[in-house]
Amino acid sequence: MKLRISNGRVIDPASNIDGQHDVLVEDGKIIAVTERHDDFVADHTIDATDHIVCPGLIDLCARLRQPGQEHTATITSETHAAIAGGITSLVIPPDSDPIIDSPAVIELIEDEAKKANRAMILTIGALTQNLKGELLTEMAALKAAGCVGVSNGLSEIKNSVIQRRAMEYTATLDLTLFINAADPWLQNQGCVHEGTVSARLGLAGIPETAETIAVAKSLLLIEQTGVRAHFQNISTGRAVTMIADAQSRGLNVTADVSAHHLHLCEHDIGNFDSLSHVIPPLRTIRDREQLQQGLRDGVITAISSNHQPLAKDAKLGPFAETSPGISGLETLLPLSLKLVNDEELNLNQAIASLTNQPANILGIEAGQLKIGSQADICIINPNADNECQPNDFVSAGKNSPFAGWFFNNEVSHTIYGGKLVFSRN
Amino acid sequence: MSSGQLTDNGQLRHFLTIEGLKRPLLTEIMDRAEQFSSISHQQVKKVPLLRGKTIVNLFFENSTRTRTTFELAAKRLSADVINLNISTSATSKGESLLDTLHNLEAMHSDMFVVRHAQSGAAEFIAQHVAPHVSVINAGDGCHAHPTQAMLDMFTIRRHKQHFPNLRVAIVGDILHSRVARSQIQALATLGVGEIRVIAPKTLLPSDCQTLGVHVYHDMEAGLKDVDVIIMLRLQLERMEGALLPSAREYFDCYGLSEEKLALAKPDAIVMHPGPINRGVEIASAVADGPQSVILEQVTHGIAVRMAVMSMTLGSQSEQQEVVA
Repeated sequence: MKLRISNGRVIDPASNIDGQHDVLVEDGKIIAVTERHDDFVADHTIDATDHIVCPGLIDLCARLRQPGQEHTATITSETHAAIAGGITSLVIPPDSDPIIDSPAVIELIEDEAKKANRAMILTIGALTQNLKGELLTEMAALKAAGCVGVSNGLSEIKNSVIQRRAMEYTATLDLTLFINAADPWLQNQGCVHEGTVSARLGLAGIPETAETIAVAKSLLLIEQTGVRAHFQNISTGRAVTMIADAQSRGLNVTADVSAHHLHLCEHDIGNFDSLSHVIPPLRTIRDREQLQQGLRDGVITAISSNHQPLAKDAKLGPFAETSPGISGLETLLPLSLKLVNDEELNLNQAIASLTNQPANILGIEAGQLKIGSQADICIINPNADNECQPNDFVSAGKNSPFAGWFFNNEVSHTIYGGKLVFSRN
Repeated sequence: MSSGQLTDNGQLRHFLTIEGLKRPLLTEIMDRAEQFSSISHQQVKKVPLLRGKTIVNLFFENSTRTRTTFELAAKRLSADVINLNISTSATSKGESLLDTLHNLEAMHSDMFVVRHAQSGAAEFIAQHVAPHVSVINAGDGCHAHPTQAMLDMFTIRRHKQHFPNLRVAIVGDILHSRVARSQIQALATLGVGEIRVIAPKTLLPSDCQTLGVHVYHDMEAGLKDVDVIIMLRLQLERMEGALLPSAREYFDCYGLSEEKLALAKPDAIVMHPGPINRGVEIASAVADGPQSVILEQVTHGIAVRMAVMSMTLGSQSEQQEVVA
């Protein structure tokens, strides 16, 4: 099978390519990014005139609900949603049911992923058994089974000694530690940012310090233990400053931010809108600006969907009783490119934050159009006029606060392993 | 601000929060309550305004006084009243709030008076009821208790007539108080000169000043020259979680004693949404003293709730007539 993607604007940040080219694919691999003059005879040609051709997107945080909550969503349903959003690699956190704390669970997920065969699914293993923060998992076995890192999910380890040892052991195995920074005591039962909105609505707040204290503590332990660490879904401006400082001191730390934290703030909760109920919570306008700045400055190098599909019922109730989370796979690219439109980010930076930069965080060979690499490609129509309608999402989760937003871009084709897995119309 | 509590022509469809309501509407509630309050003194304490209407008191949280005054208010308007106390355990048995609601709607109720432990519950219910049903918020979590706020405004107006020149101090657990949030919004809407809150930092929401209040941490400064003192009930479980060390120290610092009361204007009135903790937030001598209007507040609660109920169901009938 020979595929030609002709005449698109090819953007491959990993190799500094940005220009009019053809991309040639053979046997699942990229064989050339070239000018038109060649003797390649394609079985199939995709005309990408006026379109952007870039590597398939890599999402650092997506919960697919399988195993454990197949009634909500499945690997099948969510990989369909992923490719509709141009995403060809997904990283799933360990807090499924069962928890990803043994090679058997990883195998089970990989089996499902292979059956679906339309996107790469990567797993993060549990740092402690049952994520309870008490006993270490068999991380060497998890690593051998293929997990790209370890994490304690959303539940920070409370005991500082165990936190330190877990980091030391992770460092020993040369694994990346993924951290969702939240002090469990300060976060407590909170459901919104502690500030003007929590004051007005009488909702339990999560103070900025819930994140910053956890980031500060982690950074000090990272420095002591030498572990390579990645902060997921940071939400505060001060965390950006602290991580920037750590990076300038030479610490091996990276960070990502969810697409919704780059666009929404606490005020979007309006009058108890449960669709804007997320953890970490939407923060202040200033935090949002500082997150965008962190992305521009290269402190934050990836944008994630933090995809959490939910059944309709999960969002029906008084705010604090609803489940947090946004179905984000299909808005990851539109929201990221909206930043380009809003002149907050340049196009190459936006694409890099979704492709080679997250690949670097994971230490994987993806997110690039290098000759000989697996042909995972996303083709984008940058002149669309598209109203976001969550009820039409491919994902089983329709929970999105972006209904009615207009996006001027949409994915037109997604290619995974050289195979056309998604094509609009 | 609640999106759906007003009809297209600005009448009350639900009564969920003070936020977003305009001064003329609050004044109308008080004016109407003034008319109803005379009924209590008549031999026959009933008017037929809501005859044939069914009102369901839907209490997911315990309450005696608020429920009773709502019930009395409904009965004085000649409505039929059903009281339902739904402990939170019943809903946690699997029936969702919406299921409960739709079951009740099937009984053809015209109004739900809702109290719930979660902020935003009344708003949520209002978004999901059938179009002919009105919802009155009788207290949702730490968010709002608008009828309490209006009966407090009514009481203040009875004693002080005009709002703009007043200095009002609200003392105590602002953080957890739906009453305080609604009072602050009502006082601000009615143009009160200065709203003060007095509490230790542990009992104040962060960014409290964004509510439009002056923040004080000490009673001596905070009570100076105020016209109205509103004391809030201190839940005794606040000693847990390190919000306060003891009830005794709380009374020493933030309890209203006769000495502290003397710092306010000589004609200052003392209010409390009840039930009071004597010797915790207020001294008995003050609670029972000449400046206390606490029992009046309870009485006014009936008239104010009659006003709100008749206005919301009135707007419903008007709407239906328009449709018909």
